[in-house]
Parts: sequence; C-alpha cells; structure tokens
Amino acid sequence: MSVIQDQVKVSGYGGQQGPGETNYINHSKGIMSWLLTLDHKRIGLMYMIAVLTAFLGGGLCAIALRTMLYMRSAPDVAPITTGTQDVYNQLFTLHGAILVFMFIIPAVPAILGNMILPLMLGAKDVAFPRLNLLSWYCYMAGATFFLFVLLSGGLDTGWTFYTPYSTSTSTSVAAATMGAFILGFSSILTGLNFIATIHMLRPAGMGWFRMPLFLWALYATSIIQVLATPVLAITLMLLAAERILHVGIFDPALGGDPVLFQHFFWFYSHPAVYIMILPGMGIISELMATFCRRQVFGYSFIAFSSIAIALLGFLVWGHHMYTSGQSAMTNAIFSLITFSVAIPSAIKIFNWLATMYKGSISLATPMLYALAFIWLFTIGGLTGVFLGALSLDIMAHDTYFVVAHFHYVMVGSMLTSFIGGMYYWWPKMFGKMYNETVAKVAWFLIFFGFNLTFFIQFIAGSQGMPRRYADYLPEFAIYHQISTLGSYVLAIGLFLVLYNWIQSLVSGPKAPQNPWGGNTLEWHTSSPPPHENFIEDPHVTEPYEMRAWDYDESIDGYVYDKAKAIELDKQSQH
Amino acid sequence: MLAILAQAEKTFFLPPGRSTVAASHDGLYQFVLWMSVIWLILIAGVMIYFVIKYRRKSPHDKPVGPTHSTAIELGWTLPPLILVMIIFVWGFRGFMDMNQAPNGATRNQVIVAASKWNWSFTYAGGQNDGTLHVPVNTPISLVLTSSDVIHSFYVPDFRVKKDVVPGRYNKTWFQATEVGEYNLFCAEYCGQQHSTMVTKVVVQSQEDYDAYIRKLDEIIMTMPPVELGKRAYKVYGCKQCHSLDGIAGTGPSWKDVFGKTQTFADGSSRKVDENYVRDSILNPGKDLVAGYDNVMPTFQGQIKEQEITGVIELLKSISANYDGPILDKAPAAPGDEAGADAGDTSGGGNDETGETQLQE
Ligand code: HEC
Ligand code: HEM
Ligand SMILES: [Cu+2]
Ligand SMILES: [Cu+2]
Repeated sequence: MSVIQDQVKVSGYGGQQGPGETNYINHSKGIMSWLLTLDHKRIGLMYMIAVLTAFLGGGLCAIALRTMLYMRSAPDVAPITTGTQDVYNQLFTLHGAILVFMFIIPAVPAILGNMILPLMLGAKDVAFPRLNLLSWYCYMAGATFFLFVLLSGGLDTGWTFYTPYSTSTSTSVAAATMGAFILGFSSILTGLNFIATIHMLRPAGMGWFRMPLFLWALYATSIIQVLATPVLAITLMLLAAERILHVGIFDPALGGDPVLFQHFFWFYSHPAVYIMILPGMGIISELMATFCRRQVFGYSFIAFSSIAIALLGFLVWGHHMYTSGQSAMTNAIFSLITFSVAIPSAIKIFNWLATMYKGSISLATPMLYALAFIWLFTIGGLTGVFLGALSLDIMAHDTYFVVAHFHYVMVGSMLTSFIGGMYYWWPKMFGKMYNETVAKVAWFLIFFGFNLTFFIQFIAGSQGMPRRYADYLPEFAIYHQISTLGSYVLAIGLFLVLYNWIQSLVSGPKAPQNPWGGNTLEWHTSSPPPHENFIEDPHVTEPYEMRAWDYDESIDGYVYDKAKAIELDKQSQH
Repeated sequence: MLAILAQAEKTFFLPPGRSTVAASHDGLYQFVLWMSVIWLILIAGVMIYFVIKYRRKSPHDKPVGPTHSTAIELGWTLPPLILVMIIFVWGFRGFMDMNQAPNGATRNQVIVAASKWNWSFTYAGGQNDGTLHVPVNTPISLVLTSSDVIHSFYVPDFRVKKDVVPGRYNKTWFQATEVGEYNLFCAEYCGQQHSTMVTKVVVQSQEDYDAYIRKLDEIIMTMPPVELGKRAYKVYGCKQCHSLDGIAGTGPSWKDVFGKTQTFADGSSRKVDENYVRDSILNPGKDLVAGYDNVMPTFQGQIKEQEITGVIELLKSISANYDGPILDKAPAAPGDEAGADAGDTSGGGNDETGETQLQE
C-alpha cells in the first residue's frame, strides 16, 4: 500500500512528459495543421494572435487621439480645420469599435477560455471542436470587414452607431455593421460551445459546486453571449436595411424613431459590458485563490453573483438614455435596477478581500494584477453609482466622466485581469517562464499610467467637458495634457509586457508543470499540455484545495501528493 | 475639517452651480463622492494590510482560513444596499426637480433649434438669435427641436442636459441664479464639427434682457436685406459649412455662386437663381451639388421669408456672375406697417454676437 502511494507521489503527474516528447504546439507541423486544427489550444493561440493584433491597432488609434488632443492645448493654436475633425472622429470611432468588438469582448473567453476551459474540466476538447474553429473564422471574416472599412473611407459614427447620424453619414457604415454582425456570430458560437462543454464534459467527481470559479464566470458570460448578441445582429441588420433600402425604422425623416435604436443597441450593449467584465472577475477569483494559497471565501456567493449579474444585466439598458426624453417613471425603474446590479459586484470584492485573510500572499506578477484590479474595479464600480443616480447622470452623461467610468471598468479592470490571466497561464500555455523583474516594472507603469490617464477625466467630466470633442475650450487644456502624458506611460508599460512575453518565448527558462501551486485541473498536466491534454485522467478534488501540492526547490514548482489529496478530500466530504 | 475639504472639492470637481437645481445635485454629488472615498480607502486599506500581514513567508506555507459564512455575507451586503437605496431616492427626487418645470415657466418659453453644428434660439416674440439670452431668477422653459440628427443641450453651470431629438419635441427648463455668461455645449455626438457646436447662455437682469429683446426687434426693421442675409448666415449656422471667400468647406462656398450654372450629383444642372437658392434652403436634399454629401439640414419652418431674401441678396452681392441690382438699403423706417407686425418680420440678433461670430 505504502509502496504504491510512494510511487504515485514520486511520479505524480510530473513524470508524464519527458524532454523529447511532443506537446500541442509541436504535435504536428505546417500551416495547414494550424488553419484546420480542431484543437482548442491551437484555436486559442490563433485567437491570441488575432485579438492581440486588434488590440495593437485599437491602441495605436488611442495614442493618436490623445496626441491630437494634446496638440489642441497650445495657447495660440489655430482654429481647428474640418480635416482634423474628420480624422479625430474616425479615430475615436475605430478605436472604440475595434477595441470593443474585436478585443474586449473576445479576449478572455476566446483566448484564455479556449485554452483553459477544457483543461479545467479535465476534458480532451470543447464539446464542438468544429464549431470552435468556425468561430475563429467568423472572427477573421468580421475583422476583414473592419479592415475594409479602414481602407474605404473609414467610419465616423462612434462605436454606438446612433441613428439618424449613422443612417445619414457617408462613411462605410454598412461594411462596419456587417463586420460587427459577423463578429457577433463568433461570440455566439463560443458561448454555445462553452455552455455545452460545461454541461456535458465535467469529469466524474466535479459537480457544479466543485467547478473552478473561472468556469462559473465563463458560463454566465456564455449565457449573455447567446441571449444578447442576436439582438445586436438584428439591430445592425435593421440599420443596414434603413441605409440601403430606405425603410423607415430609426430615421425620423423616413417616419422612424431614432431613440428606438438606442433601446435596441443598449439592450445588447449593456449586457455586453458584463460579457467584458465577468470572465475577468473569474480570473481574479483564480488568482486570489492560488496566490493566497487557500480556499476562496464565499465560493457559492461568488458563483451566484456571476449569474445574478448576468441576468439583472438584461434589465438596466435604459440607464444609457436618461436624457433622451424617456418618461420619468421609466428612468426611475432603470435607476433602481441599475443600483441592484451594483450589489453583487460589491459582494465579489468583499469575498476576494476575505480570501486574502489568513492566506499566504505571494506578490508574483499575476497577483499584482489582481490587486490592481481591486483598486481599479472599486473606482469603476463606485463611479457607476454616480451614474446610476438620476440627477447626477443628467450632469455626467456624455461627458468625460462617463469616459473615465467605462475605461476604469473596461480597460482598468478587464485589461488588468486579462493580462494577469495571461501571466498566470503563460507557463501552462507555452511551457516557458518570463522575466519577473521586467514583468513587475511593466505592471507598475501600467497601473500608474492608467490612473494618470483616466482619473483626471472624472474631474474634466464633472467640470463639463463633453466627450467625443476634437477640440475644447482652453479651461479644459490641463486635463487633456495630463491625460495624454498618462497614456504615454500606459503605452510604454503595455509594450514592455509585449517585450516580456516575446523574450520569454525566445529565451525564457522552461516552466515546471505547476509553478504556482494551483489545484484546478490544468495544473494536473504538463506545461505545455500534450495534444490530447491529459495522458492520465486527472484527479478531481475541491478546486482550491492546494495542500496536496508540495513545493520542490529543484524545479521551482509544485509536485502533487495524490495520497494526501485523497485524504484531504475524504476530510472535506465530512 | 471635512466641511472645509468639501467646500474645496466643490470647485475642484464641479463648476460653481448657477441654477436653482444645482444645490440638490451638488449635495448628492458630495455625498456619493465622500462615500466613495471612504469605501475606496477601506477596501484598499484592508487589501494592503492583508498583503503585508499575510505576506508569504515560505513557498511551503499551507494556510487554512475560513471558507464561508452566510452571516458575514448577508452582513456586508446590507450597508451597500442601504446606501444605494438612499442614493437612488435622492437622485430620483433631484431628477424630478430638474425634469418638472415650475408653473409659469412656459411664460418664458424659448424654442431651441439645433442643426449641424449650430444653435438657434427663438424667443416668445418671434425674435431669433445664435446665443441664448435669459433674465436672471426667472424660470425658462425650453422646447428642443432638431432638423437633422440628435444633439444634446448641455449647460454644465446649470446642471441641465437634454437630448435634442429630430422628429419629437423634448422639453426642459432652468432658472439661472446669477448674471453672467455660461457655456452651452452640444453633448451628443453629431458629426464632423460636433466640438464646435458651442455657444453661450447670457444671463441678464430683467432690464437688460428687455433692452436686448427690443434691440432684436429694431435691428430687423432697420437692417438692409444684405445685412439681414449676413446675420442669417451666422445665426442659422450656414457659416459652419459655407464660406464667403471661395474656399470650399463641408458645403460649397457662396462666392460667385449666384448666376452660375451648378451641376448635380445625378448629372443634371440648373442655373443658380432666386428659386434655386430658396429650394436649396428649404429642401436641400433635392438638387445635390456634385462632390458634396447630403448633410445640409432643412431650414423649413425656421428661417423667415425676409431672411431668405436676405441670403439671396447676400449671394448676389458676392457673385461675379451677377450684375443686376442689389437690395442693400434699409427698409422703410420703423413706425409704418412693418412695425405693427414685428413678431413676424423679425429674426434679429444682437450685433455683438453677430460680429464675434463673423470673425471666426
Ligand atoms: C451642415 C452643413 C451645412 C449647413 C449648416 C448649411 N449648408 Fe447649405 N449646403 C451644404 C452642402 C453640403 C451643400 C451642397 C450639397 C447640397 O446641395 O445639398 C449645400 C448647398 C447649399 C446651397 C446651394 C449652393 C450651391 O453652390 O449650389 C445653398 C444656397 C445653401 N446650401 C444655403 C444654405 C443656407 C442659407 C444655410 C443656412 C441657413 C445653409 N446652407 C446651411 C451644407 C450646409
Ligand atoms: C458596478 C456597477 C456599474 C454601474 C452602476 C454602472 C452604471 C453605468 C451607467 C449608469 C452608465 C451610463 C452613463 C451615461 O452614459 O450617462 C454607464 C456607462 C457605461 N458603463 Fe457602467 N456601470 C457599472 C459597471 C460597469 C462595468 C463592469 C462595465 C464594463 C466592463 C461598464 C461599462 C460601461 C460602459 C461601456 C458605459 C458607456 C458606454 C458609452 O456610452 O459609450 N460599467 N455605466
Ligand atoms: Cu450600462
Ligand atoms: Cu450637435
């Protein structure tokens, strides 16, 4: 008996992968082996390349925008030309549209979700691998449309496509809506796939409440993707119909109602903001557990709050239209429900803090991102409370206050959780470690640069600076100057992350199977995983029971003690 | 101490309030602001404290901590829940005050016409101007109309904002509490020159305001048609798209247009005469000048006949393709039949705003 245990302990899972063996990256060769792959990890990687390219494009637009605004701050600046205004309007539109539809929405589900979800389930792949590949092609097709927009006169409607401006402008609205429409399919297919996978492919021993919280978050996200995205598709189709066929739907000149478009649009886009943030919250739960090395506090509250957010998120869209002239009663109802969504978000924060209590907190790079997340999301959420309050939103709507709010939640929170997750799973995905010092410097630049860029915008907005302005009155110059400087710091930080990752791929030291001591199932296979994910079925226990993993100095990683895990599992069943 | 800080914050975060609803808005703003600061400090403080206190001592650590407690979960749900409910009610009541004009406001009703990228204000007597003048301490009711896309009427100092939606009349109101000039922005993105769609609200004493209105009436009656045309050019925002010096902007320049033969997008052509100009103003989508987009809003129902005549005379006066007479003399002196009908014939403005706008 003890002999067998010893063998298990020594071999653990660590012995699975010898030096010369194949993994999913070198399993087969040639471009076609990638383009036709059904392997969720390879699809995740292809998504990574495409989505990060979009991020670069959208990010460069942002730097250009901020630079243009900085140049308007000179005291003796000449009156703005219509040409400059056109360029500015197109840049902020492309910036928003690219980053929302091609980066923030797909980033976590399509990259990290694809990579990690089947591994966390101990599964070989997602439920529908072909659908998964199709979703990547949808993404690429949608991206092609956006590329076409870029080359064919641009787009100047803002990412919100408000009518009747969008039905009357001469820029490429039809192509852009087509692009967003197709991107929507990619999102729907991913959502469907994840729902099916979580229902069908959970291993024996993993009930719903033994699922890692990242999966709960992805599940909640998928529900929104499947239910809300078709509404966007319909809306964009109606918009295209109006533009091309002149059917009066939204344009009052044709007998339509422009505010109807806003209802349709936000009926999708408010839930969509939770598509953006929920997976990020899931990542934070994982990071908190692993880097505090203990059970998450309030597992079921965190899990249910994801579902609550997903469902309540469908009922608050009207808070984007307080000033549109909708009735006072409508406004009051939307305001009330909006506040109710803030509560589950607060609960999550409290639970993460409680997870730190009595933990063993490591300040490894992913954890730094988790801590940054808490700071940024708290600010983003609290300023959401300003905006939810009717009288305050009348003043703040369509000013830089709103711009700052959604950047705190979308860029601040979602981007930090995404980068944190990338660092966390990096060793698993590529089998390489990265330079910790560079990673930490980059983290600091991002955190500092972000706050410098966006905090000042709350003040600018409160003072009355409207958004989407190519030019501004002199009293706003100081805010724009500070914000632009901050954006440069932020950009340097992000490029440093890119450098950090590339350097790791080129010359990073080999990663152990489990560098952090996490116990979710992806750490039960080698880094990077083999083509079929697991050579031997992983051992399913409580997802955050990490005490069966012992630190081993020689590999600077953790080794599984299965016997101990079985014993701990028995204890927990009592 | 907190009170002093709150006082300092007031101008740091918000511009000084200059309307009757500002106090309630600012009070709630301060409340939410300080509540947020306290929560943020609390959360960040606990976080940093834990990071220091429970810092990992060794990679071999295997800590055990509490994993759940329904009592704690419900306990910490309560404070935020109570706070947001307070904020909801406070915000709703403030909103109702902003939304519901007091009785009597309609006596001072101004029609706000927004079009790409211009504001034009029509007072109760039919007078018209490009800046909004209002008497102090008097409730003003606004009826908002747009002739093209959605705009939004926004005066930060008054804490007032309302979208201007084509095809419907939105309403709002304010009561300014201090004499002065305040910025009025368009807050809803409306295309190319959105960021220049900025004008002023001029709050005056009742006497000054009355004098201003009288002056608007006078100007109309005494102004020569060419001058009236120039004024319409500014007040209705034609200048946002048309230049007088031959440089094409969003629309064709007005220099040398009159009398020339214009070619249209569909290949047809027509000589620019009085009727063509009139058609272009009232029904701009009809004959689309080749090389330009269909972005000109219609001015049907806004611009007055005298002003159209004025624009026509203005066009004639700057065209080398026209050598007929130009009406640049003042109409009959005030006092005869034109004066009896001031409400109809006016469209005047104060030359002060006229001048500054022309220089741009
Ligand atoms: C938003 C920009 C814009 C504004 C504001 C605007 N226009 Fe235009 N206008 C255009 C454009 C573009 C054209 C050419 C396309 C067309 O025919 O509609 C045009 C054409 C015209 C023409 C025909 C000119 C020609 O060369 O054939 C006249 C006359 C005219 N506008 C008068 C006015 C008057 C009067 C006003 C103000 C009351 C005004 N416009 C305001 C954009 C504008
Ligand atoms: C925590 C509770 C939150 C509340 C109470 C809240 C509330 C609001 C409100 C009322 C608005 C409308 C403001 C306006 O346009 O006048 C708004 C805008 C917005 N919020 Fe939030 N929000 C919250 C969290 C989030 C999260 C988590 C995200 C995304 C990750 C998000 C993204 C956005 C976006 C993108 C906009 C505006 C988009 C635009 O107008 O272009 N918010 N929020
Ligand atoms: Cu929303
Ligand atoms: Cu506007």
